[in-house]
Amino acid sequence: MNAPVLPVRAEAGSTLVEPVLAVQGLTKAFAGTGILRGVDFALAPGQSTALIGANGSGKSTLLRCLVRLVEPTSGGVLMLGQDVGALSPRALRRFRARVGIVWQKHNLVPRLSALSNVIHGAQARMSGPRVWTQALAPAQVRAEAMACLARVGLADRALARVDSLSGGQSQRVAIARMLMQRPEFILADEPDASLDPQTGQEVMELLLGLVRQDGLSLLVISHRLEHTLAFSDRILGLAQGRIALDMPTPAASAGELRRFFDHEAAA
Amino acid sequence: MSDASLPAPPRFRQIGLPGYVGLLVVGALVVSSLAATAPTMDKLARGLTRLFAPSGLFTQMFPPDFSRIGPISWKLLETLQMAVAGCFLGLIFALPFAILATDRLSPHPLVRTVARAVIALFRTVPDLVWAIIFIIIVGLGPAAGVLAIMVDKIGFAGRFFAEAMEETDPGPQDALRAIGASRLGIIGSAVLPACLPSFTATSLFALEKSVRGSAALGLVGAGGIGVDLKVAFDLFNYDEALAIILMLLALVIAVEQGSGWIRRKLI
Ligand SMILES: Nc1ncnc2c1ncn2[C@@H]1O[C@H](COP(=O)(O)OP(=O)(O)OP(=O)(O)O)[C@@H](O)[C@H]1O
Ligand SMILES: [Mg+2]
Repeated sequence: MNAPVLPVRAEAGSTLVEPVLAVQGLTKAFAGTGILRGVDFALAPGQSTALIGANGSGKSTLLRCLVRLVEPTSGGVLMLGQDVGALSPRALRRFRARVGIVWQKHNLVPRLSALSNVIHGAQARMSGPRVWTQALAPAQVRAEAMACLARVGLADRALARVDSLSGGQSQRVAIARMLMQRPEFILADEPDASLDPQTGQEVMELLLGLVRQDGLSLLVISHRLEHTLAFSDRILGLAQGRIALDMPTPAASAGELRRFFDHEAAA
Repeated sequence: MSDASLPAPPRFRQIGLPGYVGLLVVGALVVSSLAATAPTMDKLARGLTRLFAPSGLFTQMFPPDFSRIGPISWKLLETLQMAVAGCFLGLIFALPFAILATDRLSPHPLVRTVARAVIALFRTVPDLVWAIIFIIIVGLGPAAGVLAIMVDKIGFAGRFFAEAMEETDPGPQDALRAIGASRLGIIGSAVLPACLPSFTATSLFALEKSVRGSAALGLVGAGGIGVDLKVAFDLFNYDEALAIILMLLALVIAVEQGSGWIRRKLI
C-alpha cells in the first residue's frame, strides 16, 4: 500500500493543513465483489465528520479498513502521522491504542461493573491483571477511570454491573472506556442506532463535546439525517464505493442528503 | 377459509430403499449383539436363586457390618481427598488446554489441533485405565489415583471449558482487540468473567464425577475405599462390603446435593 506523505487539502476551501487522516485510492473487495472502489478523502484535525450512505454501501467496511480490522485490498491510509498499511503487528497494536472506536453495540463485558469495563480501556497501554478488574487496579488507574465515568455522567453507577444498566447508560460506559484509552481520534459506527431518539441525541452530544472541548477528531457513521446535520462539521457521502458527496455541513440541505438515507428516501 | 379443504398429509415420511436397508442393518446388529452377549433366561434365573440361597451374596450381606466403621471412615475421607486433589489439579490444567483448543483464542491452528487431540485422548481413555498406567509409573496407592482423576478431569473439563469459551459473545473480545489489548488481557478481562458461571457449574460436575470415580479406582489398587471394598468381596465379607457401599452412597449423595445447591445459588 502506498500512503500519501504530502499534506493534502483537508477541507474544501481551506488552507493547507496537515491532515489527521488521509485516505487514498482505498479499495476493498469481498470474494471478488468490490465494496470500496477507490475512496479518497482527507480530514483536518479537531473536526466532526459524518459518513453517510445507504445500507450496504460499505460505511462500516471503510471504518474497519482505517485501522485494519478489515484488511484493505489496495490503497493507502495515513492516520495520526502513521502509514497504517505499513505497520508491523506490534506497531499496529500501538497505533490502534490511539484510536477510540464506538460501536453500535456497546460490547461491554456484561457481568463486570461499569468501573471494571472502563478500566479495560487502559489495556491500550498497560497489561496484566491490574487492568482486568477494578478490584486489582492501581489507585491512579481507578481515579482516571472514575474521571472518565464522571465525564459521561455515570460516576454514581461505578460499581453497578453493566447488565443492570440501560442501553443509553451502557453506550456511555463504552464511551468512557474509549476515553480511558486516551484516544486522539474517534471512530463511531452508528453509536446512536440501538438507542431511542432522546438517548441517541445525548450520546451524539457527548461525542461532539469531545471534539469541541478536547480537540479530538471524530468520524461518525450516521443513519439519522437530523443527527448528521446537527453534530458534524463536514459530511462525506458514500455511494457506489466512492465518496460521492463531500461538503461542509452548513452548506448541506436535507434534500440533497436524502438519497444517502434509504429509509428517508422511501418515505 | 379456502374453497377446497386440503387432504391430510401422510403420517409417515417415505424412507425409501436406503432407509429400509439402514433399519435392517440396525435391527440385525441389535439382535446379534443380544444373542452373543446377553445372559440367557435360565442362567439369570439360576443366578438369582443362588443370590438368595442361605449362603448367597444377598443373604450374607444383611445385616450390614459396621463394626469397622472407624477405619472405613478414614478410607472414605482418603477417597474424598483423592477426588478433591485430582479434580483440583485437573481443573487447573484443563483451563490452558481449553484456551489452546478454542478457535478464537488459540495462537495457531496447529496448537489448537494438538490441544484438541490431547483433550479427546484424556476424555476417551477410561479413568481405570489411567489408574493402571499411573500405578506402573508411581506405584500402588492414592498418588496413582489422584493422577488418574486429574487426567480424566483435564479431558472432561477441558472440553466443556472450551465449549463455554466458544459460546461467549465475541463482541467484547473484538472491542478489546481493536484497542490493542493482548491475548492474555482479552482472556482475563472478557472471556473468563463471561464464562465464570459455566466454569463453576462444570467444575462442580467434575467434582461429583471425581468422587464417584475415585471409589472405583481402589479396585485396581489406586488408593481409597475401593481397596477395602475389593478386599471385603475377596474375603467373602459381604456384610462389610454392604456397609462400605452404603457409606460410599452417603458420600456421593452428600457431594451431589452440596454441588447442586451451589449450582442453584449461582443461576
Ligand atoms: N466480512 C465480510 N464478508 C463478505 N462480505 C461482507 C463482509 N463485510 C461486509 N460485507 C459486505 O459488504 C457490503 C458493505 O457492508 P457494510 O457493513 O460495510 O455496509 P454499511 O454501509 O455499513 O451498511 P449498514 O448501513 O447496513 O451498516 C455489504 O454488502 C456486506 O454484505
Ligand atoms: Mg454498518
